[in-house]
Amino acid sequence: MSDLDGLYQQLILDHAKNPHGRVPLDSPTSQSHQVNPTCGDEVTLSLRVENGVIEAIGWEGHGCSISQASASLLATLVDTLPVAEAESLLEEFRTAMRSRGQIELDEDRFGDAIALNGVSKYVARVKCAMLPWVALEHAMAG
Amino acid sequence: MQPTLTEADVAMIRADFPILSTEVNGRPLVYLDSGATSQKPLSVLDTERDFYLSRNSAVHRGAHTLAALATEEFEEAREKVARFVGASADEIVWTSNATEGVNLVAYALSNLPAGSELALVPGDEIVVTELEHHANLIPWQQLAQRTGATLRFIPVDDEGALDLERAPITDRTRVVAFSHVSNVLGVVNPVAELVARAHAVGALVMLDACQSAPHLPLDLHALDVDFAVLSGHKMLAPTGIGVLYGRNRLLNELPPFLTGGSMITTVTMESASFLPAPQRFEAGTQRVSQAIALAAAVDYLTGIGMERVAEHGSRMSRQLIDGLSAIDGVRVLGARGAQRVGLASFAVEGIHAHDVGQFLDDRGIAVRVGHHCAQPLHRRLGLTSTTRASGSVYTTEAEIDFFLEAVADSRAFFGVAS
Repeated sequence: MSDLDGLYQQLILDHAKNPHGRVPLDSPTSQSHQVNPTCGDEVTLSLRVENGVIEAIGWEGHGCSISQASASLLATLVDTLPVAEAESLLEEFRTAMRSRGQIELDEDRFGDAIALNGVSKYVARVKCAMLPWVALEHAMAG
Repeated sequence: MQPTLTEADVAMIRADFPILSTEVNGRPLVYLDSGATSQKPLSVLDTERDFYLSRNSAVHRGAHTLAALATEEFEEAREKVARFVGASADEIVWTSNATEGVNLVAYALSNLPAGSELALVPGDEIVVTELEHHANLIPWQQLAQRTGATLRFIPVDDEGALDLERAPITDRTRVVAFSHVSNVLGVVNPVAELVARAHAVGALVMLDACQSAPHLPLDLHALDVDFAVLSGHKMLAPTGIGVLYGRNRLLNELPPFLTGGSMITTVTMESASFLPAPQRFEAGTQRVSQAIALAAAVDYLTGIGMERVAEHGSRMSRQLIDGLSAIDGVRVLGARGAQRVGLASFAVEGIHAHDVGQFLDDRGIAVRVGHHCAQPLHRRLGLTSTTRASGSVYTTEAEIDFFLEAVADSRAFFGVAS
């Protein structure tokens, strides 16, 4: 598989085309809007957190296939998770994305989202994959 | 001299740009991002290096031999650049880039004492266009905020062409700022008509010539603009050097923007008096090597001949526009039939510009993706981001063909080809 095919795995393209969780959320408890100023891509991520657990997640926005797929995979991954667990996933995700291809996501913990492993070799695209995760970070903090 | 650049001419030009022979991602570099920054010929790089090797010293201070040589060369560079743009040397202010040039004028205007003829007051209007680069928009927004003036704009139509019938140029207009060539559309704007309308109401004109100076013969006196800015690094020179042109009379009416050393006559502990333009606007140690390297870039372009450079750009433009328009699902920005330089922005239906750019990069092709510092224009055209290909004197027909083939292939890769 070439690097480019590794970046754009079919699973990524499928999630970008038919994303999960891309819906406005009724009565969110917190929300974060994030913009990538270099390309204008944006995501608004909403959470409903009850008793320290993410009971519901929804996001809206537009962007490249990497940012859209990342938001979609994130939504499937953290829905119903305790906030503390989502925070540790976020840290692992960030570490892997910043590793320039040295650290891979753990399949047991990230499932289909390991398809995003190819991104970390493309320094300019790490921000795309991180955009919804940064929104999650702010939403969980806020 | 032949009126066009032949394939052999371009091959000779390319030999002056070693970076064009390098590889990216294991593929020969196809550099189509000259609108963002051009590559630099050896003569420009050598000029900068030679200066540091044999003549480096500060200008307009010091009486030693090197200082005198450097000052002479620095001022010769100003004369050379002035000739290149159809101005005189005392109308050329060195800046760090074009953005600084626009800010310099905007801040000098708001630094004027109240009651000055050129000062803006509430009720005055500043007119820009909807297709401006942020550098020729935000400084005017800020000037409006500082002075209480109102910012208005000339809208574009659905194709991105300026709608001059709706240009809000009135007796209240004090400044009209617009680009000579759009950095997104590559289209040459109707300078003569806009200047005539601005001057008819007594407004000052600021021309952003960043995307025209590298591609078209430029005669600022003939264009009759009051101010203009250029960016060295987009016209084969290094980064860190730009030019502000201002009519000599106007420059001398404006107070300084940045103050400090080198721009004064007499200084006491309480006050200072300032040198005439252009030195009044050149506070602090100057960008000597960059200025003389810009003069070398101007020599390089003049050596090719700006008429031939323009013809080469016009041919590139046709190849880009015709080629992109022929690909299914590709929307080329800008009105058909307009006069253009060798620059085109486009959207591929169903594929985000970053993904198009990534696909092209994999084949060694460098393009710009995003909003190209023109968010309002993109929003008006219903887009967030586009892909932009922009050539220069070193761009070959074969490179553009290779690029067009890659754009077509990106549709199959991302599964949007029918």
